[in-house]
Amino acid sequence: MHIEIQPQDGLPIYRQISNQIKYLIASGQLKTGQELPGVRTLAEQLTVTPNTIVKAYDELEAEGLLEKRRGSGTYVTDTNSPLTRKEQRRILAQRIDAVLTEASQLDFTLEEVLVLLHDRHAALTRTQAKFESKGD
Amino acid sequence: MPENIVDVQGLSRTFGTSKALNDVTLQLKPGLVYGLVGSNGAGKSTLIRHLLGLMTPQQGTVRVLGLDPVKSPVEVLAQIGYLSEERDLPEWMRVDELLSYTSAFYPGWDFEYAKDLLRTFDLDPTKKVKHLSKGMRAQAGLIVAVAHRPRLLLLDEPSTGLDAVIRKDILNAIIRTVADDGRTALFSSHLLDEVEQMSDELFMVDHGRIVLRGSVDAIKQRHVVAHLESSSPSDEAPEFAGLISAERIGQQWRVVCELTSDDSGDLPHSLAERGISVASVRAASLQEIFVARAGRERRQKLEVVR
Repeated sequence: MHIEIQPQDGLPIYRQISNQIKYLIASGQLKTGQELPGVRTLAEQLTVTPNTIVKAYDELEAEGLLEKRRGSGTYVTDTNSPLTRKEQRRILAQRIDAVLTEASQLDFTLEEVLVLLHDRHAALTRTQAKFESKGD
Repeated sequence: MPENIVDVQGLSRTFGTSKALNDVTLQLKPGLVYGLVGSNGAGKSTLIRHLLGLMTPQQGTVRVLGLDPVKSPVEVLAQIGYLSEERDLPEWMRVDELLSYTSAFYPGWDFEYAKDLLRTFDLDPTKKVKHLSKGMRAQAGLIVAVAHRPRLLLLDEPSTGLDAVIRKDILNAIIRTVADDGRTALFSSHLLDEVEQMSDELFMVDHGRIVLRGSVDAIKQRHVVAHLESSSPSDEAPEFAGLISAERIGQQWRVVCELTSDDSGDLPHSLAERGISVASVRAASLQEIFVARAGRERRQKLEVVR
């Protein structure tokens, strides 16, 4: 599982991790029923305190994306009831509103935000390609 | 079992005229990694030496696992793992001799774990300590510190002068101690990036006082770096609640400040009333918070002297 932490990012580290796991699930790189790395394994891989991983997993569990199975690990849940497209749009719209509000506070024009959006998409695609070439 | 692994109350220590520790109170809870940051001479090592029972409190109390480490050194030290910057190991011993010698002191010594670490570090057990490189000494010191599976791991500047690979070994040992066994670790470091990633809670020490404490996320969340523009060309730095440091850059002031709960995640509205506009705001890094805090303490000290 490929996750990268940006120390300069304003986001807390556990949130950076949970966001990237969400992206991996949404993009199908983490599949339904797949097991996630153990807390210690991922903590060592990313050099973060184990409690940060616990916090990220807990958050995703509360959102229904992951489930802990007794006596074993953490898995991607069976999403039996996929969200309707309308619901998906609503969730995404909320996130976009937050970004646009922050962009305006930081004096970014819509054009600059769009450029940044493309940049980030390219960066994530690169990360994904790296991940796939590693083959795990 | 005591609720807190470590309980320090009102600890003060003076060397000559300088206060190495000034009314320090702190508690460490089980299962967390604590970072201890501060400049050289801020009091980090002095604090750790008190936890080890190597120093008697001049004022205040120190309890480790509910015990006084000065009065019950055997019971306390059996449950502590300690790695210092100096890594004072017996020079004439071979690595395997060092490990079997150390194991004799600890009923809980885990021979398998020690062997496992030796293999992971690729350390030659027949080598004499005096022939080890700096990195290898750190690795040997680390095995000695963790193989008895201590309930409290104390690391005093463990990364100083080491390359990235050995640093990673040390950080992994902290991760393993906390993740597998739910134990507690306190490590001091001047590498703020390392502390930012590797600690759940941190204490920032300056001139013997704890000037900042809390979870890394919470600390970062409430500190911002802002650029302010004043409509009046005054030389006076802006003053407002929560301001930690201000520095003039051209027409602007670069300020580091701590947002209070009244600010609701925003800079104080009173700034606008005084004709000061906010040009930009962003989250502060631990490094920026540290430099701003340490600088303020120094200024306050100067003012007292005056």
